[in-house]
Amino acid sequence: MYDIKALYEAHSVDEAIKLRLEHPDAQILAGGSDVLVQIREGKRAGKELISIYMIDDMRGVTLCDNGDIRIGSLTSFSHITKNEIIQKYINVLGEAVDMVGSPQIRNIGTIGGNTCNGVTSADSASTLFALDALVELTGENGKRVVPIADFYIKAGVVDIKPDEIQTAIIIPKEKYTDYYGHYIKYAMRNALDITTTGCSVNVKLSEDKKTFLDVRIAYGVAGPVPMRAKSAETYIKGKSVSEENIKEFSNAVLEDVNPRDSWRASKALRQHLCVELAYRAIKECVSLAGGEL
Amino acid sequence: MAQYKLVKFTLNGKKVEQMVDVRASLTDMLRNDYRMTSVKKGCEVGECGACNVLINGECFNSCIYLAVWADGKEVRTLEGLLGENGELSDIQQAFIDEAAVQCGFCTPGVIMSAVEILESGRDYTDDELRKLLSGHLCRCTGYENILRAVRKTLDKRLGK
Repeated sequence: MYDIKALYEAHSVDEAIKLRLEHPDAQILAGGSDVLVQIREGKRAGKELISIYMIDDMRGVTLCDNGDIRIGSLTSFSHITKNEIIQKYINVLGEAVDMVGSPQIRNIGTIGGNTCNGVTSADSASTLFALDALVELTGENGKRVVPIADFYIKAGVVDIKPDEIQTAIIIPKEKYTDYYGHYIKYAMRNALDITTTGCSVNVKLSEDKKTFLDVRIAYGVAGPVPMRAKSAETYIKGKSVSEENIKEFSNAVLEDVNPRDSWRASKALRQHLCVELAYRAIKECVSLAGGEL
Repeated sequence: MAQYKLVKFTLNGKKVEQMVDVRASLTDMLRNDYRMTSVKKGCEVGECGACNVLINGECFNSCIYLAVWADGKEVRTLEGLLGENGELSDIQQAFIDEAAVQCGFCTPGVIMSAVEILESGRDYTDDELRKLLSGHLCRCTGYENILRAVRKTLDKRLGK
């Protein structure tokens, strides 16, 4: 039995918005693999919950007419990994969410819940930052879309208004076309572990595969919220594909990242990981893009 | 004030309905209302896999699944694997043959993960099997015998 004050169930987005307005103190519940566990631990105990888990309209991946990829917020991690559109266009996201928790957790955990939690270690988040994803929120007055980097306000706090729920994650066509991505999760064990530090890189090479036209690199657990390493990105843009340049690029991330000491790992280890994971991830991206080092 | 809801679902192939406290987990409902005691209460935070059941063909830790979410779904537990006269299924027998059971607490959950793997109808490498079984903690013996039991049953079902 959970210590829940009351449970309100929404079966449609409209119902969810109505419930949000009627119960301003209620916590939104998607898959529950974080919220229900926190209730068990006493952290969120005794609260009212609005369950949106039964809103089936919020599940699934679609390729929009304009080429954007739209992922319903309640799509489970395992359904993202198995989805053909994801595999064809943004396989890196499917691989990243395949590292969350365990098979059972990947069946219940949702990409919306993962991002709305606002935690820096979310395995989907760094890749969504590296893909320049957009977050779709639906409220009383319709939809609004915000870049994922603006969606995160601070640790544990995201930009959801009192009448809103997150309804989709959108990957714009121009952000994934001709990009090749790779995500590395560093953790203490392979399953059921929280990322010590994770790094996701997207690379677009020139036609002759000799120049970096664009690189986007993002981290989880390199700061209070997921983040991009913009100095490193600026450094590598327009540079030739070489061992020396990707080494420089990897070192440059230290100007951007800001990890801390925690019981999981020291700041020093995380800084080391930031550099090493950047190096390994970009190397893999170059290889996926058909380039040579 | 207690809040109840009528939940209608299919349990091991049988249509059932139950008035349930909305605060109940699916583990609570399966154990208390249906006596499905193969569904174990282990960690109760979704880490150990002892409460694992199949919902619409996919594995879920029922301890972090609200009972009310079972509405309209097809739920399967280890009890559903038994034959008409209580005969064991091939995967259960394989766990015995391979000594993949010691205290037995994690076993029903692991077997339900194995059922999802077996029913997918495809083959997997040992590494893939390890990953697919990684949502379970066994504190008795380790995992080699479990892996062997799943491997052998899979090979047999695929006619290898």
